[in-house]
Amino acid sequence: MSGNDVLLEVDDLKKHFKVNQGWIASLVESFGSGEPDYVHAVDGVSFELREGETLGLAGESGCGKTTTGMSLVKLHDPTAGDIVYDDTRLSEASDAEIKQFRQNAQMIFQDPFESLNPRMTVYDTVAEPLRIHNIRNETARVQRALEFAELLPPEQYYDQYPHELSGGQRQRVAIARALVLDPDFIVADEPVSMLDVSLRAGVLSLLDRMTDEFGLSVVYISHDLSLLRHMCDRLAIMYMGKIVEKGPTDEIIENPQHPYTQALINAVPVPDPGVGRERVELQGEVGDVIDIPTGCRFKNRCSEYIGDVCDQVVPPLEAKTDFEQDVACHLYDSAEGYDPYQDVTGSPSAAETGEEPESTPADD
Amino acid sequence: MSQLEVEDLEVYYETEEGPAQAVDGVSFELEEGENLGIVGESGCGKTTLAKAIIGILPDAGYINDGSINFQGDDLTEMTNAQRRRLKWEEISMIAQSAMNSLDPVYTIREQIVEAIETHRPGTGRVESDEIVTEMFELVGLDPERADDYPHQFSGGMRQRAMIAMALALEPSLMLADEPTTALDVIMQDQILKRMASIQEEINSSMMVITHDVSVVAETCDRVIVMYAGKIAEEGPVEEIFDQPYHPYTIGLKRAFPNIRKSSQDLLSISGYPPELIDPPQGCRFAERCPMATDKCREEEPEAHYKNGLRSYCHYADEIDAELRPYADDPTTWNQAAAATDGGVGE
Ligand SMILES: Nc1ncnc2c1ncn2[C@@H]1O[C@H](COP(=O)(O)OP(=O)(O)O)[C@@H](O)[C@H]1O
Ligand code: SF4
Ligand code: SF4
Ligand SMILES: [Mg+2]
Repeated sequence: MSGNDVLLEVDDLKKHFKVNQGWIASLVESFGSGEPDYVHAVDGVSFELREGETLGLAGESGCGKTTTGMSLVKLHDPTAGDIVYDDTRLSEASDAEIKQFRQNAQMIFQDPFESLNPRMTVYDTVAEPLRIHNIRNETARVQRALEFAELLPPEQYYDQYPHELSGGQRQRVAIARALVLDPDFIVADEPVSMLDVSLRAGVLSLLDRMTDEFGLSVVYISHDLSLLRHMCDRLAIMYMGKIVEKGPTDEIIENPQHPYTQALINAVPVPDPGVGRERVELQGEVGDVIDIPTGCRFKNRCSEYIGDVCDQVVPPLEAKTDFEQDVACHLYDSAEGYDPYQDVTGSPSAAETGEEPESTPADD
Repeated sequence: MSQLEVEDLEVYYETEEGPAQAVDGVSFELEEGENLGIVGESGCGKTTLAKAIIGILPDAGYINDGSINFQGDDLTEMTNAQRRRLKWEEISMIAQSAMNSLDPVYTIREQIVEAIETHRPGTGRVESDEIVTEMFELVGLDPERADDYPHQFSGGMRQRAMIAMALALEPSLMLADEPTTALDVIMQDQILKRMASIQEEINSSMMVITHDVSVVAETCDRVIVMYAGKIAEEGPVEEIFDQPYHPYTIGLKRAFPNIRKSSQDLLSISGYPPELIDPPQGCRFAERCPMATDKCREEEPEAHYKNGLRSYCHYADEIDAELRPYADDPTTWNQAAAATDGGVGE
């Protein structure tokens, strides 16, 4: 199987939640202005997932990782944008095509205790998706899935309930359940963050085996960049509902270009007392994703801010001339020749920008 | 004399099946101005140890034996009232969840001022307000927000408010239990940096309890690795990371990915820590240790001192001499997993 074929294409995906509804309303009461506000949880995200690869979605809590992941497996319907799978745009897909997509797209959650039904045995938990999709050979498939998840011998687990299992075993059951339908890809949202460090590697190696032995694709969601570096072929860094940088893992970790990625990677502690670490102080906190600022979403915290262009023009995630990864930042020249300055209105005033024009990248 | 001397401490919890030996014969010292990290898996006794020191054990918990000497006084002999006074004034605790430690019905300012006035009667309101302002600035919070209620703060702000409160009385010892685990990495970095600078300013010492060995590597002078209620290994942070002798330390270190390394085999320690109600005789790690022998299962290892480290393993010398590469190899551990439990492997 070629590792470069595109399995799934995410095209300008958006997912907005209305604020004056449900639980989140209480959180943002103070904004109450009458007209509905929207949480722009995911706000124009595009990427492709290739066959057999592990793609990491990284970023701080609230940046939209989980919402993106849930949209990928159709646990959310997008507000706008689309997902293309098997040459079909899901927005135009027939019911049968959607059903087939659901069979091929599975998700594993952070907390296996919440994601497993406490009143279902291990056997029924793993068999349920087969029943929903009317797939035969139930026992053999359940057995194989549990074997893959290294719950051995499988029969010993059939009649157990989640509360009888340890956290690591529960997460293995969740993995078996996700795999039993032979999906094309799995979204794993912080699958080991609730597990003790000593047990994590065992579960991680299962995810590795999925890609190595079965050519499955995995979208690995985590805030833990050390773990993502270990697990992923490519990374996408999210900030306030958008991807700010995307590319090969080693490139992004060793040579980050977006000022936010740089701050994020710099903040990761290193398990080696001999290694000194340059510490960059970042201003402020992540803004809320209700009142989206104009221009670049990172502008209020960015130490590289270069004035009107950052303030007014949304930096597109695009290839740049000088490095391999795609970056959404006006500091770098577009490889496609896009000139963001053409979209700046009025003449830039030095007083407003607070920066001398010479720090802007040359237009040549 | 050290600031804190814990000797042969045993802290048990009453359970229906008998006492659970959560902390079992732990001894260590903490010097003034020193940072001590306590690492280990959940349930190994880290938080119990901290709670015993600060005197906030839950009802079922009790100190069975041993002593806790703080600046010359044995805390285990004090009355609850005496210990409560000591709390905040001399020893303060930063808990994992600030939400549980802050009272939702009072503003942050009211809570800090109240702590100051209880422990330093006679402090005027003006002075208390000044301390609040100063502490807010230290932890990077806007002093004008001191009159907010806890729910008006984000998680990161609450954690910083908690730290401001813990520092307001300039304690000589801070116990920080997973102080940044709930925070995102940028906030964690900023808070750890601020705590370090504050600490320097007031010359306090700190015990940092965490599961995250990289936080310990960056913030601590010395480390205690705990396993199932006991110290497995203890020593200066450089030696613990460079040349540990205890297989558990070696395993734990290799279970952690390092952002600076592009390819690394992570290791998984199969099995689970033993029951603390009826712990096994011999080495408590024997069931999960790929190097365990019959001797390990029968005899409890004594302390082995070398190179500044105190290591509780029968084979510390052998690991030092020749077995280190074997102990440091993930396949050693994975084979042990397959052999012992047919690969249930955790
Ligand atoms: N069902 C929902 N209704 C309203 N808002 C939501 C819902 N789910 C997530 N959000 C909001 O969307 C934003 C992104 O959340 P999430 O995708 O969970 O981010 P992450 O996984 O990166 O932490 C947050 O502001 C969050 O509060
Ligand atoms: S576009 Fe401007 S504000 Fe945004 S990250 Fe780049 S330099 Fe900073
Ligand atoms: S004493 Fe034996 S079982 Fe315990 S850590 Fe050392 S080698 Fe392993
Ligand atoms: Mg999430």
